[in-house]
Amino acid sequence: MSATILFTIISLSAIGAVAAIILYFVAQKFKVYEDPRIDQVEELLPAANCGGCGFAGCRAFAEAMVKADVLSDYYCPVGGNEAMTAIADVLGKSVEAKDPLVAVVRCSGSPAHRERVNSYDGAASCAISSSLYSGETGCQYGCLGLGDCVDVCDFDAIYMDEETGLPIVVDDNCTACGACVKACPNDIIELRKKNKKDRKIFVSCVNHDKGGVAKKACSVACIGCSKCVKVCPFDAITMDNFLAYIDPNKCKLCRKCVTECPTGAILEINFPERKVKTEETAKKPVEKAENKEQDNN
Amino acid sequence: MLKTFPKGGVHPEEGKYSANSAIATLPLPKTVSIPIAQHIGAPSKPVVKKGDKVKVGDKIAESAGFVSANIHSSVSGTVVKVDNVLDSTGYKRPCVIIDVEGDDWNENIDKTEDLKKEISLTDKEILNKINESGIVGLGGATFPSHVKLSVPDGKKIDVLIINGVECEPYLTSDHRLMLEKAEEMLVGIQILMKALSVNSALIGIENNKPDAIEHLTALVKDYPGIEVHPLKVQYPQGGEKQLIKALINREVPSGGLPLDVGAVVHNVGTAYAVYEAVQKNKPLIERVVTLTGKSVQKPSNFMVRIGTPVNDLIEAAGGLPEDTGKVINGGPMMGKALNSLDVPVVKGTSGILIMPAELSKRKEESNCIRCAKCVSVCPQGLEPYLLNRLAQLEKNDKLETGGVMDCIECGSCAYTCPAGLPLLDYIRLGKSRVSQIIRSRKQ
Repeated sequence: MSATILFTIISLSAIGAVAAIILYFVAQKFKVYEDPRIDQVEELLPAANCGGCGFAGCRAFAEAMVKADVLSDYYCPVGGNEAMTAIADVLGKSVEAKDPLVAVVRCSGSPAHRERVNSYDGAASCAISSSLYSGETGCQYGCLGLGDCVDVCDFDAIYMDEETGLPIVVDDNCTACGACVKACPNDIIELRKKNKKDRKIFVSCVNHDKGGVAKKACSVACIGCSKCVKVCPFDAITMDNFLAYIDPNKCKLCRKCVTECPTGAILEINFPERKVKTEETAKKPVEKAENKEQDNN
Repeated sequence: MLKTFPKGGVHPEEGKYSANSAIATLPLPKTVSIPIAQHIGAPSKPVVKKGDKVKVGDKIAESAGFVSANIHSSVSGTVVKVDNVLDSTGYKRPCVIIDVEGDDWNENIDKTEDLKKEISLTDKEILNKINESGIVGLGGATFPSHVKLSVPDGKKIDVLIINGVECEPYLTSDHRLMLEKAEEMLVGIQILMKALSVNSALIGIENNKPDAIEHLTALVKDYPGIEVHPLKVQYPQGGEKQLIKALINREVPSGGLPLDVGAVVHNVGTAYAVYEAVQKNKPLIERVVTLTGKSVQKPSNFMVRIGTPVNDLIEAAGGLPEDTGKVINGGPMMGKALNSLDVPVVKGTSGILIMPAELSKRKEESNCIRCAKCVSVCPQGLEPYLLNRLAQLEKNDKLETGGVMDCIECGSCAYTCPAGLPLLDYIRLGKSRVSQIIRSRKQ
């Protein structure tokens, strides 16, 4: 009896020892070396897996950065400069600070400004609607209002305004991952520099039609009149095929173009109210006119 | 038993209200806008400018490459401008706009009605003529015809298939053409046979057009090699791949073309246009368009000059009915609703269908109940419910292996879905994404 138990223990231990030796050599032979820094870098990334960096998830991005010689082409928009400097420290490389970006919607064509000329009853997707026709309004460039940008946002940073039917970006939540930019079939959304106090000036229109055609379709369209180009002291505005574009890197937020735009296509956001002075000067002629009328009476 | 394709298909209400109205010539419009992209392939390059005088049949835009087609003026008059105009794609695209003045034809065109039977041109000359005349597939796909006739080296074509199926409900333009221009069409088929050097041509016609079948069967006795085959009334019998399977029992391989199985398919309208181009020197400047619908006063078939506004056709058929919900370019299954009535008739416009509001509503969407009706009606043997979901989730790799590129966009799945899901809309979206990926892979 005890001999059977002894024999079993010895034979099983022998098999175990042989297997352990084989496994040891196999493990040596097929060992995969993984840079421990990949884990460290991944730890520093926000784990949003949004794809804003251009890679398939944070892990893939971490692997690419560890392999890379210079980090200038790599940027995590969600983690921002903070995460990037921390990563650079881990990797012993340097990184330049980039201006944080934010998504802006370049269309103001609410139903009040842009008349609906037909009604779409197909699948609720901008991509499908745009593959079928130019949309419910006379403007074939503007927002289709079916919310593909909202569907792709991982950060609750964009929602559809019920009144205007246009998407609104929540600046504080937006990480500039660019998912909405890719999702929009009409290329309305743009990532622009996040200025101090979230101040923004941009042409809120992407209509390339000639002035008359654009204006007929939408009362707040850019009509390509070039007035803003002339008034801009910094040469920041260019006119391309009847559409103005303000270069965010040249714009100094002076707001001259905003007052000059005849259709109100250029928006100023998060600025303090204009000085009372301008209001007074605007009012003065009216008062004078009233006075005159009284005089006549 | 009638021939048919083996898998799937549906049978919607036929509604061929205009089947008995003879082809009427529509009066000349005041202005025409002729899009420079009316075909699959590269848009043509305009060769006229503002102020130019043109005659009927003058070339106004030149083919820009092999897969492209010439475009000719359908009227005589003055070119007003080349500008972006809303066309049947639903977008503003470049059109040549011509103010009509009189009806002055290019001298080279033979305007007589007599039937010219003997074919004097060689196969090369025929091909050139077809290319020169801007002929594209008139069934609706508008693929340039000379491309289909230029058989690449190493491929052997042994049969020409003529598509007279007209499986789309409501449409009757091919039906009327087969009745009224049968002889011309048969000569056109002979020309196509000569160009391809084949001895056999099969005309497939759905069995709901007995008069056309009878008429053509009687006539083909004088045309050796041409046969008429009645086919079961089953949508999409007129799909190229379905028609080949039904008539000669060959299956076009996935991702392949009919010429991979030795066949070339042309529409009856194309055969007629080829006759006119080769025998009468007349480029493709007009086509038969059905204007129909349940509430339309006079459902009609019109011979329409390319570029005529759709509104002119509607007026000629008794005006827009009050209960109109949608005006569709094409048939109810594959056609697309128009967003303006000023869009021009183009080479691919086989019909304009006016749907009453009650019939044009989409079914309310609910959840997929996995009934697999879409699977059983898919003529290509695909799983539409699955492709739909994959397309929504942008699983492009799985879409590709699921055979999304084999979808012929016939719409049988969406037609039959009891849950009212927009299956085809999403599948088409997935298909265009996958085809983009495939294209970028080739580069």
